[in-house]
Amino acid sequence: MTSDLAGLLFLAVFALLIPGAALAIPALIAPKGTVDLTPYESGMKPVGSARLRFSVKFYLVSLLFIIFDVEVIYLYPWAIRLRDLGWPGFFEVVMFVVILGVGYLFILKKRALDWD
Amino acid sequence: MQLLAERIATWLGMEGLPRQAVVAGVVLVVALVVATVVLTIAGILTWAERRVAGRTQSRVGPNRVGPLGFLQWVADGIKLITKEDVIPAAADRTLFRLAPYPVIVGIFAAFASVPFGQKLIAADLNVGVLYLMAITSLVVVGVLMAGWASNNKWALLGGVRSAAQIVSYEVPSVLAALSVVLLAGTLSLQGIIGKQGGWPWEWYLFYNPFTFVAFFLFFTSAVAEGNRTPFDLPEAESELVAGYNVEYSGMRFAGFFLGEFANVYLLSAIATALFFGGWQIPGVTPDMQAASPVWQAVGVGLFALKAGTGAFVVLWLRWTMPRLRVDQLMGLCYRYLLPLSFAMLLGNAAYVWLVPQWAAWVVQGATTTVGLAVAGVFVRRVFYHIRHVGDDVSLDLARGESGTFDPQLQVRVYGAFRRRHAGDSAS
Repeated sequence: MTSDLAGLLFLAVFALLIPGAALAIPALIAPKGTVDLTPYESGMKPVGSARLRFSVKFYLVSLLFIIFDVEVIYLYPWAIRLRDLGWPGFFEVVMFVVILGVGYLFILKKRALDWD
Repeated sequence: MQLLAERIATWLGMEGLPRQAVVAGVVLVVALVVATVVLTIAGILTWAERRVAGRTQSRVGPNRVGPLGFLQWVADGIKLITKEDVIPAAADRTLFRLAPYPVIVGIFAAFASVPFGQKLIAADLNVGVLYLMAITSLVVVGVLMAGWASNNKWALLGGVRSAAQIVSYEVPSVLAALSVVLLAGTLSLQGIIGKQGGWPWEWYLFYNPFTFVAFFLFFTSAVAEGNRTPFDLPEAESELVAGYNVEYSGMRFAGFFLGEFANVYLLSAIATALFFGGWQIPGVTPDMQAASPVWQAVGVGLFALKAGTGAFVVLWLRWTMPRLRVDQLMGLCYRYLLPLSFAMLLGNAAYVWLVPQWAAWVVQGATTTVGLAVAGVFVRRVFYHIRHVGDDVSLDLARGESGTFDPQLQVRVYGAFRRRHAGDSAS
């Protein structure tokens, strides 16, 4: 197990080194200063900066993600021990999902999932 | 892996070396091998994608570099290395430079616990499934960094879209994988494969109707997580040019590109391990496989075949399906996939408790029969259409008589095809 974790660490380091090495070569041989450095916006002159606030409704998506992802993580230990926990465990998870379902219906009723 | 390290140490006659040094050495080599394999797989897939695209669109695709254009990806790599690494003047330089790293680390590190074979796994973690789901989420960070740092409106929109999409579709894919975890009672991928068998009716895909549906949920959300068509809104070329990587060039672009294609193989490999019996060979028990290197090689080949077929389907999808709209995308995830995957999870749990063993056998057989029948009908339809088109346009038409490339021939045959079908729309 320890060596497995060490393997992961080494692989992560390699994953960092490979693009690092791949980027070092162009730094040596690739040409420099051949292109215009303005943002590419289909040949139009960029209007303003992209550092702007815009409502893309994505903050709601990330809130929903946090809710559901945390719930899913709670389900993992139960799933592994399903056979040991038996009916009591099953009904507890059903309760858990029912409460989650009520929240889901609330989200639907609040029209949080509608785009407009 | 520690056992492997000890065996190698004995084999080399180096028992005297400190144990940790040997383990570290073996781990280092394994990491290097995995990294090389991932790069090669991703490279080959970029070539495969262009061949598939060519065939789907009745054209040739790359066929000049090497046999069937196979070395095209090497040529592309060399080209990308010699290209300037452009950093726009308005960009956030540090973040812009760092952005490809999380993407590559996320995908590469995930390959560490992909069971390519019975003994061929870099790290058989006891939390394998959870680890895979967690580490691939690193991609979101890189994509958001790239999108914001580029200081380009296309990139910003693409990056934010991509982040929203990846995190949303993670929930159904994790839940669908949970259906299998629940049946296997373990998170280790080797353990999950060990609970299945070589024959199709022993796969979790056909275990019961709930897992059958769970597979499609998993596959759909995994494709969406990988930003592949029909869910490639972050890179929608017709509206966002290239999305979050629009400002990237040279090797930094190659980082995102290889990450995407490695992810295609990764999702097929995970699906193979969870639903398709992984390296299990029909008629060969895991013990028999462990005893014989030949069977193990066959198992590795079988895994590569299954995962390769999955990757082919993902490539095929890209050239067949139209793209969704952003509002449809989120609606699909939260309205349909999420409740469905919860239903499949509870259905599976109830199935384990309610259905007695004899009934489970019947259900398994019925699911296998129906599933294989559905797959058979689908494959027959595909071949029917290919053959139907083949009457008019040969798939090999551009090769010509002597096996050499003849563009004129393609033009001629296509012209004949169009003339024959000229009246179709009128009648």
